[in-house]
Amino acid sequence: MSIRTAIVRRAIDVGALLAEVQDTANGAIVVFVGQVREVNDGRAVTGIEYSAYGEMAERELAAIASECAQSFGTAHLAIEHRLGFLALGEASIVIVVAHPHRAEAYDASRFVIEEVKRRLPIFKREGYADGSREWVNASGVAEPSAAPEHRS
Amino acid sequence: MTVTALLFASYAEALGSDRVELALSDRATVREVVAQLRALPGGAALPDSPLVAVNLTYARADQRVVSGDEIAIIPPVAGG
Repeated sequence: MSIRTAIVRRAIDVGALLAEVQDTANGAIVVFVGQVREVNDGRAVTGIEYSAYGEMAERELAAIASECAQSFGTAHLAIEHRLGFLALGEASIVIVVAHPHRAEAYDASRFVIEEVKRRLPIFKREGYADGSREWVNASGVAEPSAAPEHRS
Repeated sequence: MTVTALLFASYAEALGSDRVELALSDRATVREVVAQLRALPGGAALPDSPLVAVNLTYARADQRVVSGDEIAIIPPVAGG
């Protein structure tokens, strides 16, 4: 049994995560890497700043891993999500799932990323080539800026 | 009673703070917490029914809050 999740503030080492789940009981290992893409919603992206409700994000990520282990019978899971400023091509999340069989390994990996997108309290602000920055939601759409307040 | 509201990302920016102490009536729910925050300067940036977590667990709008609770108003999540 090897299940580990972490919210980190450094580059994610995919090789290290792969080594964690190594077990000859498994016939399949699926690695998912989410990375910063150069274009979103038609705009040129230069990087993404990730922030979180840290304490809850750690708990929620651990809960997702535990649900995944129960649902798919995976005993070997390693997941890290990174916070801070990430440049293009840098990995924001790496999910490594090992299972005796490939179908369950793929399903388990998909389950984790979809649950992360749905409920992990992590927020991102994209920076664009024109120098502007905007908060973005899980569907990839920039949030409208709050209307200016009128104060007397 | 007093509770602590935590704000993040775009919500913290809109209200100019990531932490607000609120005084509430004794039978208050999550809904009242959100309403008080929305009445603050910049609070209009919060939706009527945002995602809310009470003491690190997602909560419904009708959940009662008690003194000392940590109530987080969570913007659209964007992990992954």
